[in-house]
Amino acid sequence: MSSPDLLRFRLNGQPAEVACESPRVLLDLLREDLNLTGTKRGCDLGTCGCCAVLVDGRPTLSCLTLARLVEGHDVTTIEGVTPPNGLSPVQRAFVERGATQCGFCTPGFIVTATALLRDVPHPSREEIERAISGNLCRCTGSRKIVEAIEAAARGVP
Amino acid sequence: MEGPLKVTGRAEYTDDIQRPGMLVGRLLRSPWPHARLKSIDTSAARALPGVFAVLTGEKYPTPFGVLPITHDETAIAVDKARYIGDIIAAVAASDERTAEQAIALLRVEAEPLPDYSDPRTGVTPVAEPIHARGLLGSNIQKEVVQHFGNVDAAFARAAHSVRVRGNFAGVTHAFTEPLATIAEATPDGRLTVWSATQVPHYLHRALSEVLGLPMHRIRVIKPEVGGGFGGKSDPLPHEIVCAALSLETGRPVKILLDREDVFYTNHGRHPTQNDVRIAVDETGQILGYDIDALLDGGAWSSFGTVTTYYNGVLAMGPYRVPNFRYRGRRVYTTKPPSGAMRAHGGTNIRYSVEVALDMLAEKTGLDPFDLRSRNALPPNSKTVNEFRITSTSFLKCLAVAREKSGWDAKFGQLPYGHGVGLGCGFYISGSNSPIHFTPKMPQSTVHLKVDMDGGIAVHSMQADIGQGSNTLLAAIVAEVLGVDLDRVHVQRVDSDVSPIDLGSYSSRVTFMMGNAARAAAEELRGKLVAAAAALLGRNPELLEVAHERIQERGHPEVGVTFLEALHRAMETSGALTASGSYNSPSMGGSFKGARAGTAPAYSFAAYVAEVVVDDDTGEYRVPKVWAAFDCGRPLNRLAVEGQIEGSIHMGLGQVMGESMNYRGSRLFNPSLLEYKIPMPQQMPEVEILLVGDDDPEGPFGAKEAGEGPLIATLPAVGNALYDALGVRFTDLPITPDKVLKGIDQRRSEGRPWKGR
Repeated sequence: MSSPDLLRFRLNGQPAEVACESPRVLLDLLREDLNLTGTKRGCDLGTCGCCAVLVDGRPTLSCLTLARLVEGHDVTTIEGVTPPNGLSPVQRAFVERGATQCGFCTPGFIVTATALLRDVPHPSREEIERAISGNLCRCTGSRKIVEAIEAAARGVP
Repeated sequence: MEGPLKVTGRAEYTDDIQRPGMLVGRLLRSPWPHARLKSIDTSAARALPGVFAVLTGEKYPTPFGVLPITHDETAIAVDKARYIGDIIAAVAASDERTAEQAIALLRVEAEPLPDYSDPRTGVTPVAEPIHARGLLGSNIQKEVVQHFGNVDAAFARAAHSVRVRGNFAGVTHAFTEPLATIAEATPDGRLTVWSATQVPHYLHRALSEVLGLPMHRIRVIKPEVGGGFGGKSDPLPHEIVCAALSLETGRPVKILLDREDVFYTNHGRHPTQNDVRIAVDETGQILGYDIDALLDGGAWSSFGTVTTYYNGVLAMGPYRVPNFRYRGRRVYTTKPPSGAMRAHGGTNIRYSVEVALDMLAEKTGLDPFDLRSRNALPPNSKTVNEFRITSTSFLKCLAVAREKSGWDAKFGQLPYGHGVGLGCGFYISGSNSPIHFTPKMPQSTVHLKVDMDGGIAVHSMQADIGQGSNTLLAAIVAEVLGVDLDRVHVQRVDSDVSPIDLGSYSSRVTFMMGNAARAAAEELRGKLVAAAAALLGRNPELLEVAHERIQERGHPEVGVTFLEALHRAMETSGALTASGSYNSPSMGGSFKGARAGTAPAYSFAAYVAEVVVDDDTGEYRVPKVWAAFDCGRPLNRLAVEGQIEGSIHMGLGQVMGESMNYRGSRLFNPSLLEYKIPMPQQMPEVEILLVGDDDPEGPFGAKEAGEGPLIATLPAVGNALYDALGVRFTDLPITPDKVLKGIDQRRSEGRPWKGR
């Protein structure tokens, strides 16, 4: 067994240092080593988007990302897009518009939508659909998810 | 209510739970579709450092299954493996890598047996029946034969009749949260099991039966569940295996299924072949149905006996059918088991019936809407097989869908490649019949507890799987008591504390749990009103509940707050409790299988779908669906809309491309990439048209909205494709290659459509 290296990166705005063996996958590191269970494991194959996090602000499938590759980079999880005392506009919009049912895919969508609205403050419906097309929602058919993101973009809950 | 937890990643699902000293459980799955297991050498696996237990089938051979009449599954295969994916051994180890290494060290000696991938070959005696209980040496698991009235006479005098032979690929639930279970045996002799389940009570029973432990020593807890749709509505073998591994090791064990394993577990909609004949008189009135259905059951029974009935009897609405003949057969095959999936048993038959009715509309010259409304079941009627129909707003559904979609200006009049179609449906609002008849008990019970802090704790084993039943439960209690919703706290499902509710399947929860909740809240309200009456010196009959207050009717200034009444009521008894329960009324005929399909209420639907086809590629899209739905009084409109939109998405998937693809007995696409679920861009705009009268027995008039909304989607699209292209599609999914083939076929038959 190789001795683990120390992985240094920024996690949710804070410096992080985690022992990390070479082939460790970012999703496993987050959920198991750091107990950040907000990011979900849906397929381990990159086919559902439940594991989406932001790496340098870009939506990234953490189940397909080697943890070592985030050395020196910024990682943001669902825990990091949640304000300390309440909900972000995107989160609030999801709650108010029924865009979350079972909730399992929701963290992946929130993270993706947060990044989208940062980059494109007033996205068209097509841009929204494209941005979330890597996230599977089996409960909502994604209609209310799109509406929630549109509402958050308009600054209306 | 749990929205804030879900959007922040704080909702706790089974895989989020860690227990100290937890081991990893892994399963060895059969690579053979059918094989006699001669020996499993576990010695090398046991010797591997970090391995704490290795289990094979003979340790817990007691069969189980969701239906008491078909206990044909074992937790681990005992004598035979019956499909590629069948569990044949299990290990518990310190970590995932060690567990996988241990699995790889198991040596299995097996004698391959003939595999049976096609149900058609299973209806006659076979060399090696998959199960000994197969009918007369065949692989038939269940045969249903029913005949009401005289179908042959009906067809003899018919003015028109049509025949549809439908072929439906299997589809699967594809919930985003994979199956997961944690089991923890503790030194006090108890076993706690956390599992992603829709049916904590059925799991509880199965654990007890297979493990040989009395139920009271087993505690079943349901964490947040990430979708079910029927794929978590059986007690599943991995759940029992997980518990067994914990008993073996004395330590907590977690089993989390790979996505591939979730596909192998399946229990999805049965691949179906049906043969549907419908006869009408010259006015378009239905004279009779003659139906044959062949269901591909896979390796285990699951809910299959019920499915076999449903694929016939759920054709009994929303129209009056005076003569009805049905033969249904469910056949075991050496493939992942089929089970219950959203709109269980009511989807495939509905598609064929609605296509047939459209064909009859064409033959009789009637508009598809007129043909439907001519035959609608009236309210407060009985079908010929004795389903009790109470509330129905089906005619209103038809009228509203027709008007809002602009049907009359569009049907038959849109350009080639552009069409509209009508599809209808109905579904049970909770199966009238429980699965277990002993001991006799209500189908749902709700307990309330409120102490001096004024927080109302609600206990019930009802299973929120994302459909919002927790919120509804709290809302009903709050409504009856007149209190703010945030006073009401639905407790986590825990068999130690939660009174039994049978779980989330057959769309029973709003109706049954809702009624039980209402009853419990009314009992509590009675205690509070009595206390208020004592405080006010008034006759309790004069008092009414207002917002956070109990006051005199007509004199609101004469009243007390909720807390004042509560504290008075508690003076001698301490915390108040209340209990309410629900049992559906006796109904149905007395012939064999009469109860299948009976329900205390039914939902109804009429959908119009618009399709646009690219006839160069065969691809099509569904830009809009007008969904008229009767769920009685919608109690939570946002939740009902969510169910309708989600159902339409799922139904659309089955039409457009979802398919469990097999080569022989081997599943070829056990991944979310190759199992084609519609993308957000494919989701139609949905205009939801809720039309419904209050149901006389539903809580506050409500009926189901969890499964029914899926059904009408499929025939609406199929019939729209006919309007667009002049091609009848009787097989699902309707993929682009089939569209092109259909167009070619029509042209080769010299039949132009809309000039093309």
